[in-house]
Amino acid sequence: MMQQPNKLVPFFENLNFERDDNTMVVNFGPQHPSAHGQLRLMLELEGEKVVKAYPDIGYLHRGIEKMAENMTYNEFLPTTDRLDYIASTANNYAYAHAVEKLLGIEAPRRAQAIRTMLLELNRIISHLFFIATHALDVGAMSVFLYAFREREFAMDLMEDYCGARLTHSSVRIGGVPLDLPEGWLAQMMTFLDKMEHELEHTYEALLTENRIWKMRLEDVGVIDAEDALSWGCTGPILRGAGVQYDVRKEEPYELYGELDFDIPVSDRNDAYGRYMLHVEEMRQSARIIRQVMPIYRKSEPQLMAHAPQYLSAPKEEIMTQNYALMQHFVLVTQGMRPPKGEVYAPTESPKGELGFYIKSEGEPYAYRLKCRAPSFYHTGILQKVLVGTYLADVVTMISSSNIVFGEVDR
Amino acid sequence: MRKYTPKDNVQGKAYHTDRFWVAPSVPRTDASEDAHFAALLEKIKESIAVKDAYIQIGQMVVHINPEDNIAALRLVKEACDYAMCTEISAVDYLAQEGEFEVFYQMLNLKKAKRIRIVTRLKEGQAIESVVPLFNSANFAEREMYDMFGIVANNHPFMKRILMPDDWEGHPLLKTYPLQGDEAASWYEVDKIFGKEYREIIGAENRDPSKIDRYDTKRFSRVGYEVPFDADISEGEKETPIEYSETLLVNYNKSSKQLDERR
Repeated sequence: MMQQPNKLVPFFENLNFERDDNTMVVNFGPQHPSAHGQLRLMLELEGEKVVKAYPDIGYLHRGIEKMAENMTYNEFLPTTDRLDYIASTANNYAYAHAVEKLLGIEAPRRAQAIRTMLLELNRIISHLFFIATHALDVGAMSVFLYAFREREFAMDLMEDYCGARLTHSSVRIGGVPLDLPEGWLAQMMTFLDKMEHELEHTYEALLTENRIWKMRLEDVGVIDAEDALSWGCTGPILRGAGVQYDVRKEEPYELYGELDFDIPVSDRNDAYGRYMLHVEEMRQSARIIRQVMPIYRKSEPQLMAHAPQYLSAPKEEIMTQNYALMQHFVLVTQGMRPPKGEVYAPTESPKGELGFYIKSEGEPYAYRLKCRAPSFYHTGILQKVLVGTYLADVVTMISSSNIVFGEVDR
Repeated sequence: MRKYTPKDNVQGKAYHTDRFWVAPSVPRTDASEDAHFAALLEKIKESIAVKDAYIQIGQMVVHINPEDNIAALRLVKEACDYAMCTEISAVDYLAQEGEFEVFYQMLNLKKAKRIRIVTRLKEGQAIESVVPLFNSANFAEREMYDMFGIVANNHPFMKRILMPDDWEGHPLLKTYPLQGDEAASWYEVDKIFGKEYREIIGAENRDPSKIDRYDTKRFSRVGYEVPFDADISEGEKETPIEYSETLLVNYNKSSKQLDERR
């Protein structure tokens, strides 16, 4: 809300005043430790009860969609790191996936195996972060420290692979840039064992049957299936409302079609059910990574798809063959030109359905790129869910929806 | 002479395109190729005028008239199980056709099928809001309004969402400039004094954090005070005033130095 301050009406950064109808407006955020970034939530309170909630977003708006229209396809890929910065590979992949569908190319099998492993590792990182911050917001400080210890291990694995801990850019259009380093799979196995052990003996032992945890989470932030569908909620919120829909299972991409994993569902509709879902999804992610390891070992060493019109040849070819060098030069200086057409490619990011709509006019710049971010819609439903709840549960609901503002504001 | 840039599309352009290069197209297949889509299209065609329909990259695209958007979305939602509207946005074709393309991305969760309902709007034309059918449109249509200026009629709260309320312009339009106006610092000078006074007045300072070392009107010189509006471009005069030590701390010197303690 834009205020026009003058001497009679001073500027109130925090609106906080009694009103005639005995409700009070409380400005929650945009700098609030449990707002998960820059969420400004204007709450109208009647005593402790929320009668109206109005999420105000845009504090982290960087115009990523506009940037996409003015960058070549490969240039834009590192920008996608800045969407959901908790699990960047999921964004990199979603973007690369959409462009690959537009180009009509498919990554080689080894790249697919690496991508699947990285995606699931990112899911684990994101879910560990969810459990940590969710517990912290509700008041369980120690879980935060334990979960971040394991997350650190996972981030080290990401660092070993791509050199970055947060902004990975670990996927390329048409494949992956690097093969897994020596001993990475063994370390991954160690991590998975440790993570599963800690999951059972630390996080679940501390939280799942914890009396306070249950009292704070049960029947809080109730989103039923009808609401979830209507408000466009996906991912754990949709599955937490009893709708079994996971893009990995229903519209499989990469290796998900041939892997054996379950999609956990909860019909509790509340924050506790969603917490349980996240825990179970981490187990399933570990299961997926374990299945992909032998597929990786059996695969051919090729990492990038062969599509000379769109993708540069491998480095050895560029350095030895003239034509490959010429192709590379054109692709680097002008950028690839996908065919005219439009594509919407959904993927299952840790937060929900992350899809990129790309409209190409045959130019090296996308004519229009729309990022369908799950957190955007999960923020939208706050105006419905928070009404009727108590102020103390607002924080629980925000952290339970697992929104990340890089993705909401783009 | 300055390079000509078309004003209706100021976005980035390829710096070189081969003269004989023709962009290929992503293949479109007929909607009859997929049994589910064919049946769906038949159902839509019964009550709604379909301008074009085809399958592209696994999803059916249905072009309709903008007046039919509510009817079409209600039909696919209630009769065809497309229970979720995952995305609403627009594409700017004002430069080419004077139109916006608005699309509704729909998802059928039971059959795992997606369709895109596309409609074209003239510039300045509003579209009926689909919030009564899908609450996800609440935020999505606001974003569409914010980014393109397309108004959704009967939307419960048609306001900007990402940009500040007092923002001018809609950022995703192709006419929206990518950089600030470099001549902006002259506008006020030209208006007040006239263009011929540019040299005398000088450019307007539009940087609020700019510090001018020699400006003794607006900036104080702590510890080295000079008279108000004195010219110190040649160096300031010695002043006989003694200043408090606290003002003249030498921050470059560490307070604990070994040679001093000895």
